[in-house]
Amino acid sequence: MDNHLKSQNTFQTALQTPLARKKFLKYTLFSGGTLMLGLDACKKGNPPSPEVTDVGSGDIGILNLAYALEQLEAAFYIKVNESFYTNATEAEKAILSDIMYHEMTHRDFFKAALGRSAIRELITDFSSIDFRSRSSVLGTAKALEDTGVSAYNGAGQYISNPDYLTLAGKIVSVEARHASAIRDLLNPLSAAFAGDDVVSPTTGLDFSRTPNSTTGGPSIVATANTFLYTKISAIHLP
Amino acid sequence: MKALKIFEEVYKEDVIGKNFSRRETLTKGLGFGLKVALAAIPFGLLETFSNKAYAGGPSNSSIVGILNFALTLEYLESTYYTTGLSTSGLIPSADSTVFKQISKHESDHVALLKTTITSLQGTPVPLPTFDFTAGGTYPDVFSNYQTFLALSNAFEDTGVRAYKGQAAALSGSGAVLTAALDIHSVEARHACEVRRMRGLKGWISYAEANRLPAAIYAGEDNTTQDNINVTTITTAPTISVTEAFDEPLTMKEVLGIAGSFLKS
Repeated sequence: MDNHLKSQNTFQTALQTPLARKKFLKYTLFSGGTLMLGLDACKKGNPPSPEVTDVGSGDIGILNLAYALEQLEAAFYIKVNESFYTNATEAEKAILSDIMYHEMTHRDFFKAALGRSAIRELITDFSSIDFRSRSSVLGTAKALEDTGVSAYNGAGQYISNPDYLTLAGKIVSVEARHASAIRDLLNPLSAAFAGDDVVSPTTGLDFSRTPNSTTGGPSIVATANTFLYTKISAIHLP
Repeated sequence: MKALKIFEEVYKEDVIGKNFSRRETLTKGLGFGLKVALAAIPFGLLETFSNKAYAGGPSNSSIVGILNFALTLEYLESTYYTTGLSTSGLIPSADSTVFKQISKHESDHVALLKTTITSLQGTPVPLPTFDFTAGGTYPDVFSNYQTFLALSNAFEDTGVRAYKGQAAALSGSGAVLTAALDIHSVEARHACEVRRMRGLKGWISYAEANRLPAAIYAGEDNTTQDNINVTTITTAPTISVTEAFDEPLTMKEVLGIAGSFLKS
């Protein structure tokens, strides 16, 4: 188990280390679409921006969006587990370790299931998170899990293959369990695990959102992009 | 399909805070309703509701059948928590906020499902009479808090599996599917909280039943998804792979579990 974690961490650290300009240009040379963008940005004297990855359309688009979110979540929890925040209890560490492995499982599953249709491995940007701070880490975890739940719930009706719908259902309830546990760590034995901010107090329905909906705050895609260096888009999805 | 379209419009209005004020309009000119109680549906017919895709979306009658199935489970949960919360000395005061929140959601689900079924020209099944001792198996359900917690855990985890099992059959039903998914994840939030209050992990490892009937967790140890043996494509340990996917139950399997709490 430790070995698994270690090798994942090494891999992830490599991904997350801010890319030096030189390295970045080298990286862009491997990707045709990015090369143009990179050179163009250089000419203007601005730091190069990586190309935006669109998740695609239809069921593949939805599964790729899920893959993007799972990549993001997995990378986040791997970083959390590398060095826990100050005064993390054993119970908290156990929960955060379990969740890391769940998200890695989801990430690896989507990659395998999508095969050649899978989007690239995304590069995360967690510079807004203070990983030494409990409230920063758990607050981010809460946002990511709630976003995941609302994304799966909102995308469900646009999935045409019923088998994929069931598959999404198998994953979303685990994300909801995560959200509940994280929320309870922040506010133990309160109503927060299924709080009125996410579950409507009049209908008892969880929040659901289509990928680009901006009702009630930034879209799923925009929220994901706040933690991504390599941005995503979902222009063919609702 | 026309009925569904209208329903979706009405549903959208409800989401933004209005009531189903157009129910009268709805009842005009719309087709059939499934005017039988769930109890009267033979198992053979129940199976046709399960795990089946319908080209162009399910018919209203099959949607109503599924929603009446869901309503039966929500009646069970709602009655359970109402009884528990009104039994003095059962729920420690430190835990009462959690159960009040869960109880509120289950009552909301009952109301929403009844309204939805009516909007679809169906007839909501009546409130059954429950026996939460399950014929004497859990005699102290409302006097021993640990038993109360355990059955709450059972109902919530079963609820998650029940809704998940109907998702594919609701494929193509638009707003009805979204509502079912939105209930499904709330049940999962509940399940996690109650499991953790029992001292368990919030997620299901393998098919561990933790002193509850094995049928509730049968198949939860599955590691094959979309024909991929997930343990072979991830470095996460097998226990995590089983935890990372919650598994569905068919309507028949759920009724087999819930049936022992229905008074015969």
